[in-house]
Amino acid sequence: MTRLAVIDHGAGNLVSIQRALEVVGGDPRIAGTPDDLAGADAIVLPGVGATGAAMARLEQQDLIEPLQRWDGPLLGICVGMQLLFDSSDEDGGACLGLVPGSVQAITGRPLPHMGWNDVWTSDDPLFEDVPSGSLFTFVHSFAAVPDDPAIVTATSDHGGRFVAAVRDRTYLGLQFHPERSGASGLRVLDNFVSGVRRAA
Amino acid sequence: MLRSRIIPCLDVANGRVVKGVQFVNLTDEGDPVELAARYTAEGADEICFLDITASHENRGTLLDIVRRTAEHVFVPLTVGGGVRTVEDMRAVLRAGADKVTVNTAAIDRPDLINECSAAFGAQCVVVAVDARRSNGSWEVYTHGGRNPTGIDAIEWIRGVTGRGAGEILLTSMDRDGTKDGYDLPLLEAARAATSVPIVASGGAGDPSDLAAALQPGRADAALAASIFHRSEYPIPVVKESLAEAGIPMRIVEVA
Repeated sequence: MTRLAVIDHGAGNLVSIQRALEVVGGDPRIAGTPDDLAGADAIVLPGVGATGAAMARLEQQDLIEPLQRWDGPLLGICVGMQLLFDSSDEDGGACLGLVPGSVQAITGRPLPHMGWNDVWTSDDPLFEDVPSGSLFTFVHSFAAVPDDPAIVTATSDHGGRFVAAVRDRTYLGLQFHPERSGASGLRVLDNFVSGVRRAA
Repeated sequence: MLRSRIIPCLDVANGRVVKGVQFVNLTDEGDPVELAARYTAEGADEICFLDITASHENRGTLLDIVRRTAEHVFVPLTVGGGVRTVEDMRAVLRAGADKVTVNTAAIDRPDLINECSAAFGAQCVVVAVDARRSNGSWEVYTHGGRNPTGIDAIEWIRGVTGRGAGEILLTSMDRDGTKDGYDLPLLEAARAATSVPIVASGGAGDPSDLAAALQPGRADAALAASIFHRSEYPIPVVKESLAEAGIPMRIVEVA
């Protein structure tokens, strides 16, 4: 079984991501301390809330440094993706700094960008069997702006194009919620877990 | 393009889905988890549970329903009823909800919205507004539509947006359960007052009512209950009809 450490930073819904990872054959374990990362094949960093609050909680749990040292597969979802970058305009603060770039406000209305939208994918392995233009659920007001545009693996549009997914070395980010996006979302998570299993 | 959302609403009392007209004369409509799974398979874009009894005795029952639904249903789940504190909201989110609605408690103490938004992010915080027409404007009601507050609904919507609400669930008490169509002027007035998504509720009788509510300058999502529960208009039929009317829809192939 593919051991996945799902980071619990104290706020939102972990039931959905945990259950979705189980459905695609992973072995997710909730991780709230550095010790909980031992033995994990990959880390999943879910995201709920504002980046500043999330960083503060990770700090309290002594998880910042272990995450920054982690060089295995790491999947950041929504705010979890935004945390991978250097900094966010949302609270003006530093993020984990694993991927060069920043997080900036999107401009579409209504805001938050909430609901199902088209995702235009590249042929990244994460999107195997996911046709470009498939619909995924979003709930956010900010999006990542990577320094290196070559790491962008998917985009969407809300008042202008924004980055919906990245892959930089072992770090993967999804701005949408695969665990809340029906069959297409489960397919993406299945591809992630399969990739981790092959690499492990 | 962002799709307009179709949201079946499951009013829950004592662990069962119920439906009444203008919040009275409740009838049993089925098991919440089963209905949520069925609607999702049929293409619901989101599921909404509202605990209309919202008593402390039923708290555990509601959280159990949320947990079991979140384990099986992979679309966003909004839950409301009886949330009075940040800790209440945390419990509902941790049971598996993606968004939580607050209503009466926010009227009693508006800072609750700021606190929940700071703790969990604006995207989690849905302010439910029950509005009734009164002398050419709309007044906010609480306690499941029983108590008038004297607060102007449009002013309230503007205020809660500033406090960090991420969405407005706007119910017309005049139209709720009547099937006479959504209160379109109410939706338009709300749209002019806030930039956050608006969910229209109260009055859906047939697909043309949803199409009217989802026109530009009105709502981003349409919530309905009885037209789905009794399969008068199954979700695929509604979505097909809305797509033909030019509303951007997520069409799901039903297995």
